[in-house]
Amino acid sequence: MSRALTPLAVLGALTLAALAALGRLAIFTGQTFAHMLRPPFYYKEFGAALLQVGYFSLPVIGLTTLFTGGALALQIYAGGARFNAEAVVPQIVAIGIVRELGPVMVGLMIAARVTSSIAAEIATMKVTEQLDALVTLSTHPMKYLTVPRVLAGIIVVPLLVAVGNIIGIMGGWAVAVGTLDFNSATYLQNTADFLETSDVMTSLAKGAVNGGIATLMGCYYGMNSGRGAMGVGKATKGSVEAAAVLILAANFVLTGIFFST
Amino acid sequence: MIRFENVHKAFGSNKVLRGVTLHIPKGESMVIIGGSGTGKSVALKSVLGLVKPDSGTILVDGKDSTKGDHDAFLARFGMLFQGGALFDSLPVWQNVAFRLMRGSLKRPYEESRAIAIEKLRRVGLKSEVADRFPAELSGGMQKRVGLARAIAAEPQIIFFDEPTTGLDPIMAGVINDLIREIVVEMGATAMTITHDMSSVRAIADKVAMLHDGVIQWTGPVADLDNSGDPYVTQFISGSAEGPIEAVR
Repeated sequence: MSRALTPLAVLGALTLAALAALGRLAIFTGQTFAHMLRPPFYYKEFGAALLQVGYFSLPVIGLTTLFTGGALALQIYAGGARFNAEAVVPQIVAIGIVRELGPVMVGLMIAARVTSSIAAEIATMKVTEQLDALVTLSTHPMKYLTVPRVLAGIIVVPLLVAVGNIIGIMGGWAVAVGTLDFNSATYLQNTADFLETSDVMTSLAKGAVNGGIATLMGCYYGMNSGRGAMGVGKATKGSVEAAAVLILAANFVLTGIFFST
Repeated sequence: MIRFENVHKAFGSNKVLRGVTLHIPKGESMVIIGGSGTGKSVALKSVLGLVKPDSGTILVDGKDSTKGDHDAFLARFGMLFQGGALFDSLPVWQNVAFRLMRGSLKRPYEESRAIAIEKLRRVGLKSEVADRFPAELSGGMQKRVGLARAIAAEPQIIFFDEPTTGLDPIMAGVINDLIREIVVEMGATAMTITHDMSSVRAIADKVAMLHDGVIQWTGPVADLDNSGDPYVTQFISGSAEGPIEAVR
């Protein structure tokens, strides 16, 4: 091959590799959802996944959304002051948190906390032959490990988003009332008046998608990890990177679908 | 009972199995020996469907292992993994009773626990161990738990993958004796892969030597020292000189 064609060959190889990876991920996703519909169902593992993904994530979700809401209030106040629009802090905090920052921050925190943990756990199970052991014990690893976690992510992350939204708005309220001299009752009234049901519903829908992506990436990278400690490390790193990028991309796409008029 | 017929398996350009043909009769304990990387684990995992052979057939009781109800097929097997492969997130007794708590062999909770404790006792572990987690156990204890899990559902066929790897010689001897006792007691068909000659002599009725992807020799364990096969002779003597290439 001539030297001039080498970059094209590299580009072609990369494109094919990317398409192959996309295909494998699509097949994995399809298999996961197909297994969700067919018994057996592992209720105990599902319960444990609800706790792992949801309950134990509450502190980090609460803290990140609290500070985000507070910072957002400060930014909007400072920015709004440039054109005498300081009064819109409650409305912009509410819409910013509920429509965008709540679902995205929760999604990214779940990617950091849960995706990494799922990928490391399943990858270690693979390296130590625990996945093979499951098969020999007549238990399908996808049914036992992937389905409960992904289902838990889809169900519980919207609830985390709801909690995160409330805490984020309260973070903005605390800053506005505590340091920017807003009236507490007026702030809350403006927030409640401004938000629409569709804002909340789209926020929860984004949460469900983000939860599905975060848990699916953890399971996918864990199940497909390489051997040894390096394999586990690569799977963990790859899962968080993929989850974070896909969550942001999905957020962009969903925002376009929900709010393009 | 288990019959390999011209089984081939390659991983990329690495041809691991190049036509394995072997018969393990019912109730017999067959030990497959061979150096590291000769495909012993691949052969064993091929029976269970963990590895899919490229060609050839594996018959269990005359039926193709890849056809029919795979769950029912696997329910006939127990397996002790090299590293134990115990589930970290479950206490010891739930590891042992894993198969008894779900699927077609599901039993009531209390009965599953009682069976698990009985199997733990059978492999020399006290009931206090039942509620501990695998990470709290020594390597030898983990092997025993793995053995208890392998026999928990009274399987007809038991596989042992390097059962003494990582154990001191005394503990290895204990595990070998346990395996032999249990296999005889249950009347199970056993297939063990190892390169530990003390395991071979303790566990085997028959021995097969796997090298270069094929069975080089097979015969009763009593004939091992006088096999006349240069591969077997070199392997059991641990000599660097012989037909098996030794990389220094």
